Amino acid sequence: MAAKKQVKEEVTIRFAGDSGDGMQLTGSLFTNTAALQGNDLRTLPEFPAEIRAPAGTVPGVSSFQLHFGSKEILTPGDICDVLVAMNAAALKANLDLLRKGGIVIANTSGFDKKNLNLAKYENNEVSPLEDDTLSEYSLIEIDVTKITREALSDSELTFKEIDRCKNMFVLGFLYWMYERPLDSTIRYLKDKFSGSPEIAEANVTVLKAGYNYGETTEVVSARYTVKEASLEPGTYRNITGNESTVLGLAAAARKSRLPLFFGSYPITPASDVLHGMSKLKNFGITTFQAEDEIAAVSSAIGAAFGGSLGVTSSSGPGIALKGEAIGLAVMLELPLVILNIQRAGPSTGMPTKTEQADLMQAMHGRNGESPIAIVAPKTPADCFDTVFEACRIALEHMIPVMYLSDGFLANGSEPWKFPQSGDLKDIQVEFEPARDENAAKFLPYVRDERFVRHWSIPGTEGLEHRVGGLEKEDETGDVSYDPDNHQKMVKMRQAKRDKIADYIPLQQVDSGNEEGEIVVVGWGSTYGSLSTAVHELREEGMDVSHIHIRYLAPFPKNLGDLLKGFKQVLVPEINNGQLVSLIRDRFMIAARGINKIKGRPFGVEELKQEIRKAASAKVNS
Amino acid sequence: MTINTKIQEHINKNRNENGNLPEYSGKDFSSDQDVRWCPGCGDYTILKQVQNIMPDIGVPKKDIVFISGIGCAARFPYYMDTFGMHSIHGRAPAIATGLKVTRPELSVWIITGDGDSLSIGANHFVQLLRRNVDVNLLLFNNKIYGLTKGQYSPTSHEGTVTKSTPYGSVDHPFNPVALSLGADGTFVARTMDRDPRHLQAMLKRANDHKGTSMLEIYQNCIVFNDGAFELFTDKKSRPKEAIYLEDGEPLIFGEENTKGIRLDGLKPEIVSLEESNYTKDDLWIHDEKDATKAHLLSRFFDEPDPRAETPQHMPRPFGVLFAVDRPRYDEGVNLQIEETFRRKGEGDLDELLRGPETWEIK
Ligand SMILES: Cc1ncc(C[n+]2csc(CCOP(=O)(O)OP(=O)(O)O)c2C)c(N)n1
Ligand code: SF4
Repeated sequence: MAAKKQVKEEVTIRFAGDSGDGMQLTGSLFTNTAALQGNDLRTLPEFPAEIRAPAGTVPGVSSFQLHFGSKEILTPGDICDVLVAMNAAALKANLDLLRKGGIVIANTSGFDKKNLNLAKYENNEVSPLEDDTLSEYSLIEIDVTKITREALSDSELTFKEIDRCKNMFVLGFLYWMYERPLDSTIRYLKDKFSGSPEIAEANVTVLKAGYNYGETTEVVSARYTVKEASLEPGTYRNITGNESTVLGLAAAARKSRLPLFFGSYPITPASDVLHGMSKLKNFGITTFQAEDEIAAVSSAIGAAFGGSLGVTSSSGPGIALKGEAIGLAVMLELPLVILNIQRAGPSTGMPTKTEQADLMQAMHGRNGESPIAIVAPKTPADCFDTVFEACRIALEHMIPVMYLSDGFLANGSEPWKFPQSGDLKDIQVEFEPARDENAAKFLPYVRDERFVRHWSIPGTEGLEHRVGGLEKEDETGDVSYDPDNHQKMVKMRQAKRDKIADYIPLQQVDSGNEEGEIVVVGWGSTYGSLSTAVHELREEGMDVSHIHIRYLAPFPKNLGDLLKGFKQVLVPEINNGQLVSLIRDRFMIAARGINKIKGRPFGVEELKQEIRKAASAKVNS
Repeated sequence: MTINTKIQEHINKNRNENGNLPEYSGKDFSSDQDVRWCPGCGDYTILKQVQNIMPDIGVPKKDIVFISGIGCAARFPYYMDTFGMHSIHGRAPAIATGLKVTRPELSVWIITGDGDSLSIGANHFVQLLRRNVDVNLLLFNNKIYGLTKGQYSPTSHEGTVTKSTPYGSVDHPFNPVALSLGADGTFVARTMDRDPRHLQAMLKRANDHKGTSMLEIYQNCIVFNDGAFELFTDKKSRPKEAIYLEDGEPLIFGEENTKGIRLDGLKPEIVSLEESNYTKDDLWIHDEKDATKAHLLSRFFDEPDPRAETPQHMPRPFGVLFAVDRPRYDEGVNLQIEETFRRKGEGDLDELLRGPETWEIK
């Protein structure tokens, strides 16, 4: 009996296994295939901070969630339809994320007594595959380990190498279930293991074995088709947030025609940006793995002093270390781009989990009055445009700009209708020209109509001058302790930052009306959940709008007026209430927060509930 | 060949037509700012000697940059009529690294104090030396924190009584030249504010060296640590306590040059050229390229113990202890960029944006 075919509009698959089981790769390969098939999608990789947490235990579980569909997909999905559980711990850690009636694909050899013990199942006598744990789900049991070994019985590879192929079996099986071609994955494997063709061959064999297993056995009664999504016409690629951040920086270097200097120190989840940048030497990009974050930001300041686009990247703990140097850049009035790929804090917090809790740090995390510009991307692909904007603002306004991405954006992916280089606007940069001996004394802190001083780089005749962290006299830049001058300069640096508002777009309403009952205001990576929740609530008839802020400092000029057009302002954030405080403070609006601080993004359902609840509660109660 | 950027264009546009170096005098390097060190501070002579050698280094003013951290010494860039940055405490080496890597044609000088570069900035100090970035670092060692009004520093000897150590410090001090050699520094030298001629000579040597030049300058802080180096700077004690190193020359010191140092295996030994059979030919010949000997020299760090009956101790070496060539970080980084450029050509942004796999939505 051939499996019957069903068409689905959207599917969420969660791949879960031990850290050593290759679930991230399996998920990414399925994602690429789905993307190439034209589905819209979002992903959520989740892995432990330890490289190899004890095998078989719950803390060692690594998972990858993929939500793909023929409709618009903005989130990685609240709950999944299919859960791949490579062992007992993976099932235990993830079962509550599977919808009732969903499918569990279990690798039975991961459910022996040893695994049950490691996963700390209370009753280690009976496998959860055999008792009533899964009574509300449909279970597909496959002894993946055994079949993989059988498929490779002729292979010369070691047992260890053979067992490492078992994720490809699962992938092959899922490709059969969701009617996907194998070719892109086969291409990938051949390329990745080009140095050891036997390993490439073994992986391909097992991948095909998984596919054929679906075809020839009758473990599954249905196959599913998810048709191409009706995305805007164009050419697409799949991209993660960290990847598009790298591309955005490369584009900004090209469009400003400046060399880009990238000083960084490894930290999760920012390191991939350093890795990506260090490949791009022939784009005029220099990377420097510094001895610490302080040296990283300082080297970028040195490069900026010399006329390069200076960029530094880190995550919260590293940003804390950079604080003093960022203050120096504020004082020097040099361009500097600081990437903060946020993670759950405080301190080391939860390195591989996402959070948006560094907004206040970005805003105020330096000594003295030290205003900088802040921008935040909303989706993995939007990282490209937002980091490009960060560079533009830094260079055109001679100011440090903090870019607030996070772990969810960094590692999550989506299809991207990438731009052509010709579509990107040039970034305007001009260095102060040389002066001859007879010219009047050069004044490094003279400003233009945007309150911006000129970039005067070493190597230019007649511009010899000194800058520093001491307060400087207006125009001359000479050291000054004059009280009135200090007040003037503090106000000036603030005015310069605020003036950026004249050179950024006005705030748009993302969905819903421009005024009304409720507005949901978000920033950063919560975009997908907020947008989906608001759309669905509007379909239910709720008068609710969605505003998503990219420019957090300065705010767009019309933001206050927009917000005042709504009776209730709700601000969901993955933190304990930061943007909400800024909004209250700035606009004297009784905005209220919806806060989740679990190291995970908002689910759509939980958001809808919170918005409904907040909507029915009385304002100012 | 690499990408033609706006910096390149700007520099080309502003190039001096005839390409001749202007005729400078030392005065041309003094800025219009009033110098604000305490009267009698050793920093003055250092400033003067740096200004004096500048006309001779063969670099136009526009291409010279002084970068400092924080401290009295770190005010230095304000007084030089070149490009300059007075940055934050201890970080000048990192800032200079970013600048030198991106603008290798510039002559970059780091000005730092013993607190600045050996406590808060010690990490950057050793990393700079190990990387061998082509910059000159002038370490103004006054064995005290001057700007914060006299606390002990990482070069203060044990027992130093200061406001923060009223019972005497119990910290063991750094030996900056030994530390620099330990970090694989390629140019390690020592001089003092009170010997302007030697100071000048050392500044020139530091400038000529390709790679990080670490020049330790004994600098008197007249207010908080006056006389810290008197043994070496005082005309009377200097002959006994200081030994001036010259490449290829025997190690001779003492009044009337009557003492020498010979090596007994790896053990240095002071010998009298008058009262023994040893002659100049038996002495240790200084070799700047010999790392082992440089390490031995760096260990000449003991001070006379007044309680000892026959105060036998090694004189303190001044001059270039060690100078060798080693690939430089800034050079390596730029070679790699050029090489990638040659191999792959200028990066194609559209190809990069496309990535490895794309699909069409019609
Ligand atoms: C981050 C930071 N910590 C502390 C200080 C205070 N501070 C300024 S200078 C200095 C010590 C300077 O000593 P040294 O480097 O020996 O220079 P000197 O003043 O003796 O020339 C200290 C601790 C500072 N400016 N910044
Ligand atoms: S305190 Fe000492 S080091 Fe500082 S300026 Fe005065 S004398 Fe010089």
